Amino acid sequence: MADTAPPRVTYDFVTRAIARTLGNPGMGYFALLTAAVALLGVGITCLLFLLRYGLGLAGYSHPVYWAVYITCFVFWVGIAHSGTLISAILFLFRSGWRTAVYRTAEAMTVFAVMTAGLFPLIHIGRQWYFYWLIPYPNERGLWPNFKSPLIWDEFAIGTYFTVSTVFLIMGLIPDIAAVRDLATGWRKKLYAITAVGWRGTNEQWRHYTRGYLYLAALATPLVLSVHSVVSWDFAMALVPGWHATLFAPYFVAGAIYSGVAMVITLLVPIRKLFHLEAIITIHHFENLAKLCLLTGLIVSMSYCTENFTAWFGGNPHERAAFWYRAFGPFWWASWTMNICNGLLPWLLWSKKVRTSVVALFVVSIFVNVGMWFERFVIIVVSLAGEPFERFANATYNPTWADWGIMAGSFGWFFMWFLLFVKNFPAVSISEVKEVLPAPRRGKAVAA
Amino acid sequence: MKLVNPLTAIFHPPPTPGVLGVFGHLDAVLEAIRQLRKGGHSDFTVYSPVPRHELEDALDQPVSPVRMFTLIGGIAGCAIGAWLTLYMSYDWPIVLGGKPIGSIPPYVVIMFEMTVLFGALSTILGIAFNALFAARRLGTVAYDARFTNDKFGIFVPSESARQSQVESLLRGAGAEEVRRA
Repeated sequence: MADTAPPRVTYDFVTRAIARTLGNPGMGYFALLTAAVALLGVGITCLLFLLRYGLGLAGYSHPVYWAVYITCFVFWVGIAHSGTLISAILFLFRSGWRTAVYRTAEAMTVFAVMTAGLFPLIHIGRQWYFYWLIPYPNERGLWPNFKSPLIWDEFAIGTYFTVSTVFLIMGLIPDIAAVRDLATGWRKKLYAITAVGWRGTNEQWRHYTRGYLYLAALATPLVLSVHSVVSWDFAMALVPGWHATLFAPYFVAGAIYSGVAMVITLLVPIRKLFHLEAIITIHHFENLAKLCLLTGLIVSMSYCTENFTAWFGGNPHERAAFWYRAFGPFWWASWTMNICNGLLPWLLWSKKVRTSVVALFVVSIFVNVGMWFERFVIIVVSLAGEPFERFANATYNPTWADWGIMAGSFGWFFMWFLLFVKNFPAVSISEVKEVLPAPRRGKAVAA
Repeated sequence: MKLVNPLTAIFHPPPTPGVLGVFGHLDAVLEAIRQLRKGGHSDFTVYSPVPRHELEDALDQPVSPVRMFTLIGGIAGCAIGAWLTLYMSYDWPIVLGGKPIGSIPPYVVIMFEMTVLFGALSTILGIAFNALFAARRLGTVAYDARFTNDKFGIFVPSESARQSQVESLLRGAGAEEVRRA
């Protein structure tokens, strides 16, 4: 894997380049952080209005009772998936290039699940009863229904959040120790506590590397299961457009697709702000772009399969639902989804696009927009066009409260992410060194 | 008489006497490990900024017991998932969707998630217990801040009579710096 880094990158260079990201980040960083906090403020204001006036403010009307909040929930859970894919699945596949990008992806995972977890709470309307989700009997001694996909979802998301958080923290420990040994003052004390006595002894590495392997082995099926379970929230119901066996692989591919796009969206500014060009190279971006292209093609394939099944299956309700999706009042959402997710990733076949940071950044933003609309189309448009209740079809439109809370969720996510990259090593120090050639007496490595 | 805080013995044990060698090159460390093992040393500590298979091979240590933690945690999680779903279903039996009270297929989802959750948490406990808390002489052996950056190190515990012998061994293997602790 020595070809992943130019020869002047040495162990010492890596440590110092990454430790520098914890120094003064400059005006650009604070401008982004201020924008994120301002967006969060907008979201909190809208949420307070929602609490005061109730869910009517969310624009719900029969039969659309799952709308923007559930869309955002699925969107953010999807974003979370590529982090564990890059850190666990590519770890098991021994992909050397993952080392430079996986920390960012993992942090993104944790904060995206944190963001996603807020939406079911916002959606239930009476947030102060959130503890009803915990499996304990109600006042009549009735236990939760474990045959319901919503309960599975709670277990899946809870497990995913816990496991991805401990995975992130585990990976951080050797790096915090490296930063501790360079830091001075109060930072040294902080990192000394958070490094929990890490010194890189042979005993520590022996248990750590084994444990990390098992964590990766556990996280791998978990990634695939979590978005499958999320998809069953829909696929277990009878609504045309939801009730499909295709949903689990379709959602998992879509999740990784949007997650990789988000990793690109996040890495481009971080690389620039913290001057990490020597460590996060074009080679890494190109590999991310290839991953994006692969999952994007699976998603496009799923769109085709979905439409083909609706036509070939001969079920008139299913056909009507898909006709409504493409040519009904929400045609703009469907076509945004098709163009952003199905058409634009074809640009990534070109090496020129894959190796241009600006082009990748633009494509990744379009993919994020497209994937948000995919969830909107699946959830809202399927409900709005429900053929069993044609008489009741309302014209649902997201309200200002919906858009405000959605914007707030982006602010919340970016705020945590920016605070993280400033205070903890945003690129794995020990793993980047792992793919470098080790210094040997025979062939000296130039500094 | 001076009162001694009993916790001091646990959290701030006295340093272990020995020799610390700082190495800039991986092959020098490997050479030193080979010579130390040949000379009958077994309880020395090797510091490395990265995990390297060459070091693992040279040290020839047994496989970490963390895997037992993962296995037991996973099995326990699966059992807890099965108990949770089946007990709660039969505690107040109520027919839902015309399905049996205890339907295994939907409960597999819960059992799987609990397997992963408990497996992962007990792996973490296993690493913490083995690598961080129960490591022998943790915090009592000499350390250098460069070991997390770009230097490798070997600490050989030895009483002062044998220290000069160990010193010359480490130097001969290619240590950049050797000091007594």
